[in-house]
Amino acid sequence: MDTIYDKYEPVIGLEVHIQLLTRSKAYSSDANEYGNMPNTNIDPISLGHPGTLPKANKKVIEHAVKLGLACNCHITEVNQYARKNYFYADLPKGYQITQDKTPICTGGHITIKNDDGTEKQIFLTRIHMEEDAGKNIHDQAPYHTLVDLNRAGVPLLEMVSEPDIRKSEEAYKYLTEVRKLVRYLDICDGNMEEGSLRCDANISVMKKGSTEFGTKVEVKNMNSIRNVQRAIEYEIKRQIDLLENGESFPMETRNFDAVTGKTHSLRSKEAANDYRYFPEPDLQPVIISEKYIEQVRSTLPPLPDFLFKKYVNQYGLSEYDAGVITDSKSIALYFEDLIANTTNYKAAVNWLMGDIKSTLNQEALSIEKFPVKPAQIAALIQLIDENKISHTVASQKVYPKLLEQPDKSPYDIAEQNNWLQQNDANSLNEFINQVIGKYPDKVQDYKNGKTNLLGLFMGEVMKLSKGVADPKLINELLKKKLEE
Amino acid sequence: MKIDHKTVDHLAHLARLEFENESKEAIVNDLNRILSFVEKLDELNTDNVSPLIYMTDETNVLREDSIHETISHAQALKNAPKKDSDYFRVPKFVEKK
Repeated sequence: MDTIYDKYEPVIGLEVHIQLLTRSKAYSSDANEYGNMPNTNIDPISLGHPGTLPKANKKVIEHAVKLGLACNCHITEVNQYARKNYFYADLPKGYQITQDKTPICTGGHITIKNDDGTEKQIFLTRIHMEEDAGKNIHDQAPYHTLVDLNRAGVPLLEMVSEPDIRKSEEAYKYLTEVRKLVRYLDICDGNMEEGSLRCDANISVMKKGSTEFGTKVEVKNMNSIRNVQRAIEYEIKRQIDLLENGESFPMETRNFDAVTGKTHSLRSKEAANDYRYFPEPDLQPVIISEKYIEQVRSTLPPLPDFLFKKYVNQYGLSEYDAGVITDSKSIALYFEDLIANTTNYKAAVNWLMGDIKSTLNQEALSIEKFPVKPAQIAALIQLIDENKISHTVASQKVYPKLLEQPDKSPYDIAEQNNWLQQNDANSLNEFINQVIGKYPDKVQDYKNGKTNLLGLFMGEVMKLSKGVADPKLINELLKKKLEE
Repeated sequence: MKIDHKTVDHLAHLARLEFENESKEAIVNDLNRILSFVEKLDELNTDNVSPLIYMTDETNVLREDSIHETISHAQALKNAPKKDSDYFRVPKFVEKK
């Protein structure tokens, strides 16, 4: 049955702040490092001292162009910086250097996958370059706010989506894709808890079929993707409840409280912030040439969406497998290496997501630290495919040895330990004869129709072969012998 | 353009400054004098002149992404009116809930 909530359609746009992985800050040469002693990553420029001149960091432009290309944005040729003026203790200059009229990237989109397998594109308004502010600490001294300027001037990209998102799940998926993308591009560590990826949500609701958006509320302070989803769900319900009660609500900024799952008013937006933007005269324009764009394009890694489609369409992997592998760049790169050495893609997935993943979990290792090279795993797969060893022997015997001696070839390991399958019919027939001689009455029972005794004979033959015979071959030879 | 008390109140709020009575009257007069002085420029026709933003024609004045330590922690805090061994201190501007 339809509820009052089904009469409305939420309209959501997200602003994501992406803290860039650079050595130095956006406009000065002090360090961009998290976790240092307060006020040690500083410089007269980031302290906002009079008479200092900012100078833009090359790397920031490269990172911005990378992200723009990955999202199919248009890259702006002539870039200007702008000053956004406001008064706050963590902003010593009294203005933030950002971009106003010429964001470095415009348009583009992020593709999300719905649960039914269809895709939806969330379009982007813009991505622009700016700088972070310092940090105010309010709760450590009774009469003062403490200011740490280590973060002042740290480079950020702000990515603004169109109001294309209609459900909290879509916001969740959008952010998951953005985080995956910045990690693949190696431009941000994507850590929402530490604030290197931050998200503000603009939320309104309108009656279904309407074309006019309702009053917009901005929600801040969500430190995980899950909390963004929770905040959106709470806010949609709050707005609909108010509207259904015939009440209106102001356009405002609200704070999300992760403990209660509620949002509360932070400040009214009715007295619109007067940021008095104007072009930053201290930083010369940045011209981005086609040649530069192509140069950056050539350095892009394979992106998750591309790999996902390749795995499903060309290699016939299930969407589930392709999704799990492309979820993390380092796993995907290992897999890429692996399938460069074997064409048994399904086996490659099973090894990676099975034995290797559990080793990583047990040893608390990342795949980058995993000692066995992809080519070695490919060689192991080949041994199985060529019937030289059984899967069980590969997984339970050769693989553990390989972890100890990652440079030794799987074939040598199997050979030196006598684990290669004995696939010559003569020696197997020898074992079979022994077994048949040992159980004459069981053989009779088998011949009288108790065919499930085959398993017992196989087990005995396998035991005699010390577990390394090819089960398929034993099966074949046994049947032949018993039915003589 | 005329500066009145309302404009001064708005500007003062943005700059976190306070003007009362005589001082407000004085700043209204000062700002009006400055503006009328600058209004002299209106006598020129600038229809076909684009705004001058930069003092040179240079573009792409960029730096390599490398760290140079220019001042120490102690030097950074040296000129602060209020500080402790780690932090700049400013009047508390958020009340405890």
